[in-house]
Amino acid sequence: MAEATIPILEMKNVGKTYSQNGRSIEALRGANLRVKKGEFICLIGASGCGKSTLLRMAAGFETATQGDNLMWGVPISGPGPSRGMVFQDYGLFPWLNVRDNIGFGPTSRGRPKAEIRETVDHFIDLVGLQRFADVYPHQLSGGMKQRVAIARVLANDAEVVLMDEPFGALDAMTRERLQDELVEIWSRTGLTVLFVTHAIDEAIFLADRVVVMSPGPGRIDNEYSIDLPRPRDTASAEFNEWRRLLSSQLHSHHRRKAG
Amino acid sequence: MTTLASRDDDQTLSGRGSSWATTWRPRLKPLLLAATFPVAMLVLWHVFTVGRPGSLIPPPHEVWLELQDLAFGGINDDAFSRTLHIHLLASVSRVYGGFALALVVALPLGMLIGRVPLVRQVIDPTLQILRPVPVTAWLPLAMILFGLGPRSAFFLVFLGAFYPILVNTVFGVRSVEPRLFEAAAMLGCNGSAQFFRVVLPAALPSIFTGMRLGLGFAWVVIVVGEMTGVQTGLGAIIMEARQLSRTEIVISGMIVIGIVGFLSDQLVMLLGRRLLSWSPSHG
Repeated sequence: MAEATIPILEMKNVGKTYSQNGRSIEALRGANLRVKKGEFICLIGASGCGKSTLLRMAAGFETATQGDNLMWGVPISGPGPSRGMVFQDYGLFPWLNVRDNIGFGPTSRGRPKAEIRETVDHFIDLVGLQRFADVYPHQLSGGMKQRVAIARVLANDAEVVLMDEPFGALDAMTRERLQDELVEIWSRTGLTVLFVTHAIDEAIFLADRVVVMSPGPGRIDNEYSIDLPRPRDTASAEFNEWRRLLSSQLHSHHRRKAG
Repeated sequence: MTTLASRDDDQTLSGRGSSWATTWRPRLKPLLLAATFPVAMLVLWHVFTVGRPGSLIPPPHEVWLELQDLAFGGINDDAFSRTLHIHLLASVSRVYGGFALALVVALPLGMLIGRVPLVRQVIDPTLQILRPVPVTAWLPLAMILFGLGPRSAFFLVFLGAFYPILVNTVFGVRSVEPRLFEAAAMLGCNGSAQFFRVVLPAALPSIFTGMRLGLGFAWVVIVVGEMTGVQTGLGAIIMEARQLSRTEIVISGMIVIGIVGFLSDQLVMLLGRRLLSWSPSHG
């Protein structure tokens, strides 16, 4: 089969049940998801809908208790550099400066020094942190930290970037700028992005496809292909229609849950 | 605050010693404040002891003369003259020797206890039971085991530095943020590489705290260790002088221990500032 027909990520009837203090909790049930190379996918839903669980399974941090979890048709057995993760709390190494944080992956994989230097320089430029290359994480703002986290994943040749509410802790202005930059980087590099969020606007602005999930137990409800041209205008009538549609989708769960 | 600030501004504006106001005063002020209390104590000490032959404590200038005699001789010319370097060297070598041995044992052991559950289960309970036993309570046993002499002192220093280093190393390697392991794993760093690239650097601030406490404790314990059956060392000289009622030597010895212990701590701090410049609480 040609590469184009095999999805880069595929989850077949995936489920996850935790057992905690003798009780079992079903975090995710029967989730099916196919991600094509180069797609930008947003997972959206209320807390407890299993969106983070799904993402962490794709990363290999958690294993499914049911179903298959595949990358290029091969079962995912654990975390690895092909799937880079950007955490909401950054997860930067505080003892490494920006340069060495970005170079962590290539260094781990034993790349030659000159090559690491070149790669790191390239990605420092890409995220606009030239002036902060020698600064430690505790001296950076939240937005800058998240730029480092993104550059760190890209510098390690990740094919898929998994993002777990990466902009959730940032102020509105910074969030919007980083959203713009992320779309820009994504369209230039042909990355595949799986992005978890609970913000409807963010999902519509970023995604090719929005996957709506709902809790109790976590599952996938619906998928929507967002066909709006890029760059997207959040004030347009079409954007607003999507906003209304997804909002009613998400809120129907709340009513169902409450009733 | 505002009045103080505006007064400062006025001074600089009027041009009265602007270099004094901006460069020297901020540095001098803490020094002056730090000196106030010791100077006051010195004055009180002088007032209450000078010209009283029956005083149990000699006046400050006698202690100062004794310090000079201990260091360079030429004043009393007795058995203690010009012996300070011998005692100082003996104590310093025991402190740093015992401390180094404690490091060599406590660091690997702490890392194993912190990261290997089996080692923790086998060794940790025993260490926890032995920990409340004060180091000084080990002295008699040390004297039985190692005999009267410097080896007992060395052992006490080792023991005194051992526990702070061990406890803080265990704490450091155990309290690494789980997120950092995930970050390392998704970047392709696994297994033993994770230990060297994540656990060790993350634990360094704790390990460093342990070293600092351990070295401070080593200076406390050395004096106790040298008080019985040891010929040289600052503890020995203090004890010997007490038996001879040479209180000025006792106090001189205390002053030297204070100064050397302080310098030793400053050295460790300097090292820490270099190694831990990334840490907001150390850098």
